[in-house]
Amino acid sequence: MLTFTIRRLVLAVPTLLFISLVIFLLLELAPGDPMAQVPLTVPPEVKEKMREALGLGQPMHVRFWKWIVQFFWIEPQVLIDHYLGTSFSAGDLRVISWQTRSPVMDIVIQRLPQTLWVVGTAYVVATLIAIPIGIYSAYRQYSWFDQAGTFVSMIGFSVPPFFSGVLVIVIFSVQLGWFPSIYDTTLKVTDWDSFMAQLRQMIMPVTVLALQITAQTSRFMRASMLDNLNQDYVRTARAKGLSEYSVVMIHVLRNSMIPVVTVIALGVPAIFGGAIITEQVFKVNGIGQLLITAIQANDLPMVQTLTFIFAVLIVLFNLIADVLYGVLDPRIRYD
Amino acid sequence: MTEQKAPVPASGPVPSAAGPIPSKPPRSQWADVWDQFRHHKGAMFGAFVFIFIVVGVYLGPLVWRVDPQFLPQGRDFLNLRDTRPIWVALYDSGAKVNWAYPLGTDNLGRDTLARLMFGGRVSIAVGLVAMLLSLLLGTLVGVLAGFSRKLDGPLMRLTDLFLALPLLPLILVASLLFRESLSANFGPEGGIFILVVLLIGITSWMHTARIVRGDVLALKEREFVLAARSIGTSNSKIILRHMLPNILSPIMVSATLGIATAIITESALSFLGFGFPPDFPTWGRLLNDGVDRLVSYPERPILPGILISLTVLSVNYLGDGLRDALDPRIRGR
Repeated sequence: MLTFTIRRLVLAVPTLLFISLVIFLLLELAPGDPMAQVPLTVPPEVKEKMREALGLGQPMHVRFWKWIVQFFWIEPQVLIDHYLGTSFSAGDLRVISWQTRSPVMDIVIQRLPQTLWVVGTAYVVATLIAIPIGIYSAYRQYSWFDQAGTFVSMIGFSVPPFFSGVLVIVIFSVQLGWFPSIYDTTLKVTDWDSFMAQLRQMIMPVTVLALQITAQTSRFMRASMLDNLNQDYVRTARAKGLSEYSVVMIHVLRNSMIPVVTVIALGVPAIFGGAIITEQVFKVNGIGQLLITAIQANDLPMVQTLTFIFAVLIVLFNLIADVLYGVLDPRIRYD
Repeated sequence: MTEQKAPVPASGPVPSAAGPIPSKPPRSQWADVWDQFRHHKGAMFGAFVFIFIVVGVYLGPLVWRVDPQFLPQGRDFLNLRDTRPIWVALYDSGAKVNWAYPLGTDNLGRDTLARLMFGGRVSIAVGLVAMLLSLLLGTLVGVLAGFSRKLDGPLMRLTDLFLALPLLPLILVASLLFRESLSANFGPEGGIFILVVLLIGITSWMHTARIVRGDVLALKEREFVLAARSIGTSNSKIILRHMLPNILSPIMVSATLGIATAIITESALSFLGFGFPPDFPTWGRLLNDGVDRLVSYPERPILPGILISLTVLSVNYLGDGLRDALDPRIRGR
C-alpha cells in the first residue's frame, strides 16, 4: 500500500507540471494584453519599461521556470518562515499580483477561510443528510420516500446554483426577510448574537450548495446499497438470526460505504469550482470571487496561481480517493 | 444488432416448421426501445416538455411577431418600460400591466416574452452544437483508443489529464482572453457563439471517450467483428458498419446528459458576465440582468431561471428513460 501511495505521489508530479504548463500556455498564447488599460497617451518606450517591470520582457520558458520556482520553492519557504519564525525566504521575489502589488498567496490566504467555511459546512451538511436518505430509499426501494428522493435529487441535478440561489434570495430574504442576502465577511463571532448572525447568513449559501451535493451523494449511496442488499452474505446474516438493524446498518452499510467514500473525496474539488457561482450569487468574497475579479482585471499571476491551486486540489483528492479505496477494500490492493 | 437476434435452431430442414407458427410479425429493435420508452412516465414527460420548449422557442416567433431588440422611443418608452406580467394584476391592482406584453417588459421597454424566446433559441442552439462537438471528440478519442493498442495509452493519459484540469476557471479565463480576436473575425455574436461552443465542447468529451473506449474494447473481441475481419473488411468499415451501431446507446445517453451540462455551463458563463454581449439575450444573461432589480421585479430572474431548470430537468428525465429503454437487460420487464 505504501509503495502504491508513493508511486501515485511521484506520478502526480508530472501531471501537475503538465497542468501548470497548460495554464501558463493558455494565458501566454491568448491575445489579451495586460497593458490594454494603460492610457494611449503613455509613450511606447515607457510602456515597454512597464512591461519589463511586470516581468514580461523575458522569453517564455524563462518566465515559466521562474513561476515554477516561485510557486514550489519560495512560497513554501514563506509558509515555514511564517510558522517557525525563520528567515529562509528573506530577499526572495514572490508571486506578485498585478492588481494590488502584494504577494498573491497572502491574498489567497486571506480569502480562503470564507470559502472554506461556506463550502466545508455545505459539504458536511450535505453528506450527513445524503447518507441516511440513500440508505432508507435503497431499503424501501420504489416506496413513496424513494420516489420523492429520486424527484428531489433530479431537481438538485437540474436547477443550477445561480437560479436556486436567486430563488432562495427572493423567497427568504426579499419576501420573508428572514436571512440577509449578502454574506458579511467582516463579521467576527464573539458572542451569541454574532454567532446567530453568522448562522443566519450562512444558511442560504450552504443550502444552495448542499442541495446539489445531496442530490448526487444520496443517489450514489442508494445505488451502492442496492448492489449490496441482494448479496449472499446479507441472506446469510439474516439466516443466522441477526436483527434487521445490524444486518442493514452494520453488514450492508459498511460495504456500501466503500465506493461512496471515494465519491465524496472526488467531489471536493468540484465543489470548490461550483462555489465560484454560489459565491458570486451571495457576494461571498472567497477565492471564487477573487478569481472572477482577477480575470476581469487581466491579473495574470493571480489567475495562474488560483487556477493552479484548483488543479492541485483535483489531483490531491484523486490521490486521496485512490488510496482510500485501497485502504477500505481489501480486495483492491494495487501492489 | 446482429448478435441480439433470436438464435435460429440449427437442426431440421425447415427451421420455421419446427416451432409454432409465429402469430405476430417480427419486431425491430427500435420498436422494442420505443415500447419501453413509452412506459417510462418521467421520460415521456421529459420528452413532451423538451419538445414543447424547443417548438415554442423556435416556432413561437412566427406567432408572436415582436422584435426582441425593439426599443420604444420618446413617450412610448416611458409608457412601455417596466411593465409587470399580467398575473400581477390579480393581487396588485395598482400594478402597471399591459395586455400587449403578457410577460411584461424590461427597463428599456423590450418585450420579455420575445426576449425569452430569442434567448431560448441561443441557449438551446449552444447546448445542441456543444453536445454534438463533445460527442464527436469523445467518440473519436474513444474509438481510436479502444481500437488501436498503440494509441490507447497516450489517449487515455490525455483524458486523465483533461479530467484533472479545473474546467470552470479555465473556461472563464479562456472566454475572456480569446473574446476579442474571435469577435473581430466572426462578428460580436458569431464569435462568442463559436467561442462558447468550442470551450464547452473541448472540456466535456472525457466521459464519453471513456465509455466508448470500454465498449469498443469489449466489442473488438466479439465473433462478428472477427467474421467481418476474416472476409477482408477494412478497419474503417469495421468501425463504421459494425462497431458504431453497437455503441449507439451509450452515446445517445451521454448526448442527453451533454445537452444538459452544456446549457447549464452556457448559462453559468452568461450569469458570471463572461458569455454573450448584453444586447444578445440568452437565458443566463436575462437571469443575470434581472438579479439587479430583484426586489421590485422578481419575475425577471425567475422566468428565465425556470426555463433553464425545466429544460435541463426534462433533458435529464429524457436521458434517464433512454438509458432504461436502450438497456436490453431492463427492457421487457
